[in-house]
Amino acid sequence: MPATFRDIAQRLGMMAHSFPGGVHPDQHKLSGTSAIEICELAAVHILPMKQHIGSPCSALVKVGDRVLRGQKIAKSEGYVSVPVHAPTSGRVVKIEEHPIAHPSGMGMPSIFIETDGDDTVDETLAPITDWLNTDPAILRERARMCGLAGLGGAVFPTFIKLVRDQRFPIETVILNGIECEPYLTSDQRLMAEYAEDILTGMRMIKHMVGATTGLIAIEDNKPEAVAAMREALAKMDGLNNVRVIELATRYPQGSEKQLIYSLTGHEVPAGKLPMHIGVICQNVGTTKALFDAIALGKPLIERVVTVSGDALPNPVNLLVRLGTPARQLFSRQGLEDFDGLQIVHGGPMMGERLKAPDVPVVKSTNGLLALSTRAMAAAHTVEQPCIRCGHCSEVCPASLVPNLLADQCRSDQFDKAEDYQLFDCIECGCCSYVCPSNIPLVHYFRYGKGQIAVDRREQSFAEASRQRSELRDARIEHEKAEKAARRSRVRKTHAPRTDTVPADTKPSADTQHVDTGSKSEEKK
Amino acid sequence: MTGLLYALASLGAFALVAGLILAIAQRAFHIEGDPMVDKIDALLPQTQCGQCGYPGCKPYATAVASGEAEVNHCVPGGERTMLQIADLMGVEPKAVEEEAAAPRLAFIREDECIGCTLCIKACPVDAIVGAPKQYHTVITDHCTGCELCVEPCPVDCIDMVTKPELLEHWSWPLPDTKRSQLAHERRDQHAGHV
Repeated sequence: MPATFRDIAQRLGMMAHSFPGGVHPDQHKLSGTSAIEICELAAVHILPMKQHIGSPCSALVKVGDRVLRGQKIAKSEGYVSVPVHAPTSGRVVKIEEHPIAHPSGMGMPSIFIETDGDDTVDETLAPITDWLNTDPAILRERARMCGLAGLGGAVFPTFIKLVRDQRFPIETVILNGIECEPYLTSDQRLMAEYAEDILTGMRMIKHMVGATTGLIAIEDNKPEAVAAMREALAKMDGLNNVRVIELATRYPQGSEKQLIYSLTGHEVPAGKLPMHIGVICQNVGTTKALFDAIALGKPLIERVVTVSGDALPNPVNLLVRLGTPARQLFSRQGLEDFDGLQIVHGGPMMGERLKAPDVPVVKSTNGLLALSTRAMAAAHTVEQPCIRCGHCSEVCPASLVPNLLADQCRSDQFDKAEDYQLFDCIECGCCSYVCPSNIPLVHYFRYGKGQIAVDRREQSFAEASRQRSELRDARIEHEKAEKAARRSRVRKTHAPRTDTVPADTKPSADTQHVDTGSKSEEKK
Repeated sequence: MTGLLYALASLGAFALVAGLILAIAQRAFHIEGDPMVDKIDALLPQTQCGQCGYPGCKPYATAVASGEAEVNHCVPGGERTMLQIADLMGVEPKAVEEEAAAPRLAFIREDECIGCTLCIKACPVDAIVGAPKQYHTVITDHCTGCELCVEPCPVDCIDMVTKPELLEHWSWPLPDTKRSQLAHERRDQHAGHV
């Protein structure tokens, strides 16, 4: 259908909105039907100090301290930050750097907790049972205290979104149960098994932000999740304006901006947040965690992880305590030898490829995959010249021109790349997925974004240095002028006595950065 | 004949009026200082290290703008800054003489510091805090790594340490493919004539 007809039909409400582009990778939802199993505690839990987007935390515990399950062990520094909690009771054995799932391969300071097996609970946080009559600000603080961050993978601190702002009233709450990445099934199982908790969490969100309507978006490849949510929704009161919407499966439908467009027909402007168009979008896992935090007083210490991959004997969904080493999860499912396999943290489209499965489960770990090299055959080893087929532009969900952007990033023309909206790229990987020339397009965009960030940081540092240097020069000038003025005053008042400077003319401290700055200069 | 006079008179009057407008414009839109100095200063890394032979970035920018100094003396700025300045000045790029060292930070061994405040006075960007007979320390976020504090220290307790690489400051390298490397080499050849 021509694009204009589709546009008119959408405007008239005769046809659903649909984000542009997208691809249909093979689903591989191997663990879609296996119920969530509870994973055993690890001998040592490893908790990186930063498991969210924002500033890192600082440790509250020392080596040798005994900690309880749910106890806060690292406090947040800065606004965009959430604390870290102990996943089980035990003793802090060391605090040192440990590998995390990061493309740089760099480590992060982490707290190592040796499990004592008792799993004693820290009872500081009481459940808020009467949350419907509780001030949203208190609930929001609870979400922050419990360390909630977006469990879909972006781990943005949840409490920041859960705000009532007079300027941007929220109308719609969207629950994101799309899970469009291949292999991953953790949200799917969560919806099928914990539908009521998720819906109660949604009521909490609606109460907190003052929204009137709600949408629960699920892709049509998860019929049992749709059925479970619909059934639970029919039973629950207080959710009148809430609908479960089944969307045709397409990657990257789960991306926040794309999902909001599909559901509401409104685009989130570049550089703005969904709240600016009256929408809040939460992952179903985060919503369940919010329910746990408020109704049960339980901090975020565990999450559902899909352990899967075509090289894994028994794909499964596990309820895992944070800090459990990935290697333990793989060996639990019968995989010991990682030779020739690609281990991925997250989904195969956007996840981090790991060199070794030595990372712990963190808040962003929605999946851990062991893929055979055959499955990763698209690994871009030989980059061919662009043949201008235009497939990348067709599949780009942000309506960018990836081949052009890649050229600009490759040749360091970052001004141009920014003009072509490099920062609207969501790094979904659709363009690289379809590229017949194996061009690692997303890698180029990440390089470009990184270089622009480095440039900006250097610029602002240079600007700050320049200002400090100018202030210093001005201060020195000022001090000199003051001293000269004082000298001439002294000469006038003590005209007969030349060449002696009385003691009371020592400079006053208020104009000086360093107290004795000019004293020692006088001594010279 | 009158045609000629008319032409002369009208042209003369026009020239007079235009001259007056220009004279007024020069007064009205007079710019203090040399805008070129600020433009060059904005390109410099503002380490205030003095490795160019001038007491700071602004003095070097002034010298370059007046044609007194060459464009290739900024060591920390490296080739990139040199190319930018050369481009701005419209002169031929010149090879940078000294290779820039990896970014470093000053670090004061506090138990050896005697609190003489000499380094505080030497720091061009006020990045050292302290008081007489108290330990001094470097504000790492403000230190430009200029090394000007190392020399004045009477007890030699200031080290230059390599700037630690932060996870938050890490950025993706270029893809490790032949084409990406080729494109970069070609761009360097075009830009630098080197």
